[in-house]
Amino acid sequence: MMDNLFEVVDKPIVVEELVKKVERREAGAITTFIGTVREWTKGRRTMYLEYQAYVPMAVKMLTKIGEEITLEWPNTKVAITHRIGRLNISDIAVVIAVSTPHRKAAYEANEYAIERIKQIVPIWKKEHWEDGETWIGDQLENKAYTSGKPNMEDFQ
Amino acid sequence: MITILLFAQLQEEISKDRIELHADHLTVRELKDNLQKEYPFSRLDSVMVAVNEVYALDHDIVTAGDVVALIPPVSGG
Repeated sequence: MMDNLFEVVDKPIVVEELVKKVERREAGAITTFIGTVREWTKGRRTMYLEYQAYVPMAVKMLTKIGEEITLEWPNTKVAITHRIGRLNISDIAVVIAVSTPHRKAAYEANEYAIERIKQIVPIWKKEHWEDGETWIGDQLENKAYTSGKPNMEDFQ
Repeated sequence: MITILLFAQLQEEISKDRIELHADHLTVRELKDNLQKEYPFSRLDSVMVAVNEVYALDHDIVTAGDVVALIPPVSGG
């Protein structure tokens, strides 16, 4: 199969397609993470979101996350798709599918993937609030960069 | 010529998504300092830099023909 395992798309994501990409006879577990657009964040209402990406580099970084996972959890297959553009409440922004022989690694590797996405993948989210708009990233709503920027080890 | 790509708030701050800079052989730090002086960016100190789609450090060298991306803290997922 020549499926692209790591993609940035501007159309709705079909979860089942990612599950299919990682299905294998040696797998006994497939975990999926589905990141969706939340309406309320600390009492503030989101009307819709806008995601922007540096697409070629984002695909490279997603691929790198996949490589990191196969080093840490051998015999793992990973597929990640992130959507960009305008997304409404409850729309799917990201799907991560991981297949492994046993379930523990599938859960762990999947969580690792979403944490890494939030560190190294050049994708940005703009919140369109009921009362204004904000690019998230240097804001406390999401990840607080206490040192003022991400740690360089995030990029090794 | 060095091409500089802008995203998210940086793009909005100067109403452009790219800058063409007539420069050659300077460090990432120097490039950021130059841009900070020439354009009304709020602050570039928390911004990461990628050169030809690879994250770069302050002392890395940028040369003519490179594509440099200014990468504010990311918020995918």
